[in-house]
Amino acid sequence: MPLIYPKESFTEAHPKYDSPTYKSTGLRHPKKPLIILPHTMTELNGPVYGHEVLQETDNDLTRQHAGEPQGERIIVQGRVLDEDGRPVPNTLIEIWQANAAGRYVHVVDDHPAPLDPNFSGAGRVVTDENGRYRFTSIKPGPYPWRNHHNAWRPAHIHLSLFGHSFLSRLVTQMYFEGDPLFPYDPIFNEVPEQARHRLISKFDLDVTEPEWALGYTFDIVLRGRNATPMES
Amino acid sequence: MSGITPSQTVGPYFAYCLTPSRYPLHEIFSTDLTVPGIEGERITLTGRVLDGNGDAISDAMVEIWQADAKGGFDHGSLSNAKSNSGFKGFGRAESTPDGTYSFTTIKPGRVPGPDGKLQAPHLAVTVFSRGMLTHLFTRFYFDDEPSNAEDTILNLVPEDRRATIIAKSAKGAGKAYHLDIRIQGGDETVFFEA
Repeated sequence: MPLIYPKESFTEAHPKYDSPTYKSTGLRHPKKPLIILPHTMTELNGPVYGHEVLQETDNDLTRQHAGEPQGERIIVQGRVLDEDGRPVPNTLIEIWQANAAGRYVHVVDDHPAPLDPNFSGAGRVVTDENGRYRFTSIKPGPYPWRNHHNAWRPAHIHLSLFGHSFLSRLVTQMYFEGDPLFPYDPIFNEVPEQARHRLISKFDLDVTEPEWALGYTFDIVLRGRNATPMES
Repeated sequence: MSGITPSQTVGPYFAYCLTPSRYPLHEIFSTDLTVPGIEGERITLTGRVLDGNGDAISDAMVEIWQADAKGGFDHGSLSNAKSNSGFKGFGRAESTPDGTYSFTTIKPGRVPGPDGKLQAPHLAVTVFSRGMLTHLFTRFYFDDEPSNAEDTILNLVPEDRRATIIAKSAKGAGKAYHLDIRIQGGDETVFFEA
């Protein structure tokens, strides 16, 4: 059955384009009204990239160099689901993040924290037939930015997904529960309040591996559901 | 039913993962969508991504998604691609320091619209950057396509704004198209709520 993509799901969850607290939105949000786009074959299809694009160490960001990276080793696992709670199988997730000191390898990052020669902070994983994914990394550090005085981003991992169609395309950030920086971060707080908790991963002892790494669970829900509500 | 995961900005530091040509990670996506033996008219598409001051956005990412030359999409197991199975129809570009994006691809074929009529050839386009909490969604059409006049979606756009999403073919080089993406301003690009 083809999926539909209600616009209410989009507006209920996503931040608005114009944010008074996140300064960079000022010159980078449309000011004219958006045109409502009927969904045609162009939007209802989308690129499909699966296991064939992966290389061996893509899902383990701690094994991409000769030595072990500095920091707290973590395992992140979860499911990718549609709005009806059905798994989204064989879908690519792209992953990038700062190192344990809060520094990105990107050439533009000038935060005076050390780079780690054993950590690039980029990876990829593909969901299995049940929509499950799992990757190993290092817990990223918080880092300063120049949005306002003494501005610091909560620790986060960036994720990029395609899902079933071009309408389910999502770029997001996964946070860690209990981060003391949440109340001060405009990027997190521009998300409608009822949806913010969906960005926070949960510590999970069942995912944690003894004498190896702490585990976190993070489920991702993409747009798309059946035209008729499921009976329960 | 559960609520969808909210969007967050791609931020300034995505290139080493999403567009890693200057970094160690192997590339999956490219600005060149063509594959050997591909059917269709080869074209280039370039432009700049500009902010509300008309300044270059040097940390933008532009993605395009399109049908093949015969109007089929390579949608995995649901693929209805007709003309060339190697054509994925998806491309991704990081903007340069002066805000320029560019793609090499083929002119897409026509695909059915919401009313069953064929749409004019077009690309679906997404724009991401620092300062965008949610990505922007637009379309590119081509100025040498007579079918633009009857395109259902293009006709939803006020007439005086349509030119902002119609790529212009360069004089003397019919296969090179140009279109700037202006996030704000008098000639602000038409963005869609999809």
